[in-house]
Amino acid sequence: MTNNLNNSYDVIIVGGGHNGLVCAGYLAKAGKNVLMLEAQSQVGGAAITDKLIGGKKVSSCAHFLNQLSPRVSNDLNLASHGLKLSASNISTIALDLAGNHMHLNKTSVKGGNVSNSDADNYKKFMTLMHEYAGTLGFMIDIAPIDIFNLDWDDKVAAMKLGWKFRFSLGAEKMSEFLRMIGMNIRDVLDDEFDNELLKGALSFDAVLGTYTGPYSPGNFLTFLYRIASGNSGAVDIPKGGMGAVTAAMSSAAKANGVEIRTGSRVKSINVDNCAVTGVTLENGEVFNAKIVASNANMKTTVLDMVGPRHFEADFVKRVGDIRMRGAAAKIHIALNDVPEFSGLARGDLINRLVIAPTQNDVERAFNHVKYGEVSTSPMMEISIPSLVDSSLAEDGHVLSATVQYAPYDLKGGWTKKARADFLEVCISRIAEYAPNIREKIEYAELITPNDMEDRYGLIGGNWHHGELTLDQMLMLRPVPEASQYQLPLDGMYICGAGAHPGGGVMGAAGRNAALEIIKGKTK
Amino acid sequence: MTSQLKPDHWRSAVKYSPFYNKIKEHDYVNEWHRWAEYTTATVLEDTTIEYFAIRNSASIFDITPMSKYRIKGPDALDFMNRLLPRDMTKIRVGRVAYTVWCDDEGMVLDDGTVFRVAKNEYLLCAQERQMEILRRNSVGFDIEYSEVTDEIAAISFQGPCTCKILKNMGFEGVENMKMFDLRFFDFPGGEIMISRTGYTGDLGYEIWTKNDQAELLWDSIYEGGKDYAIRPIGGNALEIARVEAGLIAAHVDFSPANETVRPGHAKSPYELGLGWLVKPDKGVAFNGRRALIKEKEKGSRYRFVKLDVEGNKTACNAYLFDKENGKTIGHVSSTAWAPSAKTNVALGFVDMPYGEVGDTVWAEIYYQKELKWNKRWAKCKVMKDPAWNPPRKTLTPPADF
Repeated sequence: MTNNLNNSYDVIIVGGGHNGLVCAGYLAKAGKNVLMLEAQSQVGGAAITDKLIGGKKVSSCAHFLNQLSPRVSNDLNLASHGLKLSASNISTIALDLAGNHMHLNKTSVKGGNVSNSDADNYKKFMTLMHEYAGTLGFMIDIAPIDIFNLDWDDKVAAMKLGWKFRFSLGAEKMSEFLRMIGMNIRDVLDDEFDNELLKGALSFDAVLGTYTGPYSPGNFLTFLYRIASGNSGAVDIPKGGMGAVTAAMSSAAKANGVEIRTGSRVKSINVDNCAVTGVTLENGEVFNAKIVASNANMKTTVLDMVGPRHFEADFVKRVGDIRMRGAAAKIHIALNDVPEFSGLARGDLINRLVIAPTQNDVERAFNHVKYGEVSTSPMMEISIPSLVDSSLAEDGHVLSATVQYAPYDLKGGWTKKARADFLEVCISRIAEYAPNIREKIEYAELITPNDMEDRYGLIGGNWHHGELTLDQMLMLRPVPEASQYQLPLDGMYICGAGAHPGGGVMGAAGRNAALEIIKGKTK
Repeated sequence: MTSQLKPDHWRSAVKYSPFYNKIKEHDYVNEWHRWAEYTTATVLEDTTIEYFAIRNSASIFDITPMSKYRIKGPDALDFMNRLLPRDMTKIRVGRVAYTVWCDDEGMVLDDGTVFRVAKNEYLLCAQERQMEILRRNSVGFDIEYSEVTDEIAAISFQGPCTCKILKNMGFEGVENMKMFDLRFFDFPGGEIMISRTGYTGDLGYEIWTKNDQAELLWDSIYEGGKDYAIRPIGGNALEIARVEAGLIAAHVDFSPANETVRPGHAKSPYELGLGWLVKPDKGVAFNGRRALIKEKEKGSRYRFVKLDVEGNKTACNAYLFDKENGKTIGHVSSTAWAPSAKTNVALGFVDMPYGEVGDTVWAEIYYQKELKWNKRWAKCKVMKDPAWNPPRKTLTPPADF
């Protein structure tokens, strides 16, 4: 948009994370004149591919693509903007110290001494989970129902929900769903299975990215969420890392006419007479728009960018109270060659490797963070994306692992020594399964929850900009007064993972927010 | 922030106001009750006599137990303007504002008075505790706030002779103070604050001192007013005066929203007849703004009414009806036989759109006669003004005696 002399736009998007890009893309497609302002030198937020060492690159935060909304992908035509998969629908391999690993797929499981009855139950259980996901998953792609101020869309959604519950799912499964919804994953899995390795791996999926252990209440829902969002629980690896996903989104946004300015950190969102007027950058530049959608964290948006005084006090209190504790770290390792995992062929290593031997091991690893300590024997999700994508490492390989648990508020702080010690713990942990890994390591780095806050604005180090628990989901996300993406300030919206349906590289929050902005419902 | 609990707080189950010993000298009936942590007189001698001190001479009521907060800092004005629905930019230094404050839903948390004692400093006085409300409101404002309930001793000095007595005490120029003015005056032990405020609908002042000045103040009031039948009063006399003057009380006429659990039981400023306090167009966000704008568009649920009740039986706890034996449309929250106005007054609430000024509603009154309960239907007329609203309330300078 070069015809813009007075820096005025229909909508300004603050922050170029994946949800911001999606939101911008939809708005521009609908004919809005959109400006996106990103603080960093590249867009993508936490979904980027960054340099590791030498020519090697790695996905900085999320490393698997398992939740991207197919609707977003289609509407914005991300494939034509360069989104390719280097592997799709990969398996999960639950690692076993004795080398008797377990391979888990959508509804089948083999290896790891899994009994026939467990394998049968797995099929039944996962089929039921997919049925729940298929029935209720539509909720992810719409704004939460505003029960206090029902408009036509809300009424339709409520009727659809009721209909799906009663007639698609049926009374028996509905009652089973309601029984399970608030449960912890450990009780659910103990009801269903005997095999510890199987239960360990499944419980890991429930606690991944959360501040919970298998015994913590409510994380059955997180487990289900993983399946309900995006592509039915299938795990893909994007070609070029996660940065390629946001690059495609960025390209789609630009193609639709979005003006993207990087290196433009927003200092404040401006308000006059109780309505948004635009933003001011740190360098003093001012841009005007009657609508501002923030892709930044909800707390950052309300408390820092807009400022508490422009909101009412109870709202400010609720925003301040949103729980966003992160307990996951990441390690990135540059390798001169692929390490050998005992009992696995090289070809198996393209899959998602999970270290979570039993539910009790996961719980024990979680115990530490409650007291500000790191796990002494952490749980992990490992990816070696360079096996399927040579663009990430011309020679050698890169390994990326999500590690649980590491606290945000480590006792004594994340000193150089604390970092080195924990990195060593993590490498030793992998070495239990891949004894020769140390010989292959060229370089290794640790990303703590605090680093995630500093680099990507993930307050508390929480990936989802707000823990995904029942009391912070749906119409309660991020807080009830902002659950339909519009904040109680005229013209102010949020479009990030802090809003429904939350985190993971989904894009649904960005899309839903854009649809609400286009709809323009006044609150 | 001031620590609320002193190391030896457990030695006494109640707190004693710095005026306690002075008041106790006038206590015949020994009827006291708890107000916040303080013990406070219900009646000292006779409610009727004490009431007439308010209306005919000069009365002293100890308001030390009122919750008092000091708010100061560069953002003090902005803070108050966000906390309160009134346009606080209009309240100059040296002025007091009566106001309510609301939650985000526009429901009233409490009412009270705000004293602008300096450019960046306010004193907030309320019946209920406000620390949590101040805490959540303070986020993002460059202010300090602290509770000063125990540091400020205060009396409400009400009645037609009060100005004269203050003049006798040497407070020069006090007669020029308009209603809701505040001024500082020299006094042994340091400046004291006098405001022309009160809860009686009459001429009167509130006097704010340090604890160690309290007894001296008391003595000098008695000295200055020795010819004016001064009388300390208990809460019962004040209750009659405030109902007569049509003033509402927390926990009697409205339930503070933060303590109300049942839907529909909290009330908005419009529903309390205090719509004049709400300035939706003041240009800045304030608590309840969005909800109150909506309420103004869509209409309120209830209307606050001041009723002139037929007969002399107070409509205590009565339901209100549209006609005799008709439909229930509301309830009475406060009643008093108003001795000066010679009116049987009731304050209460009716469903909209009932209860416009001049309308008639009906109260079903139950009363006891020699242990036997009787019932009668009483016609109630909705009054425009309070039963008691004398010109001397606002007259400046007040008449001399």
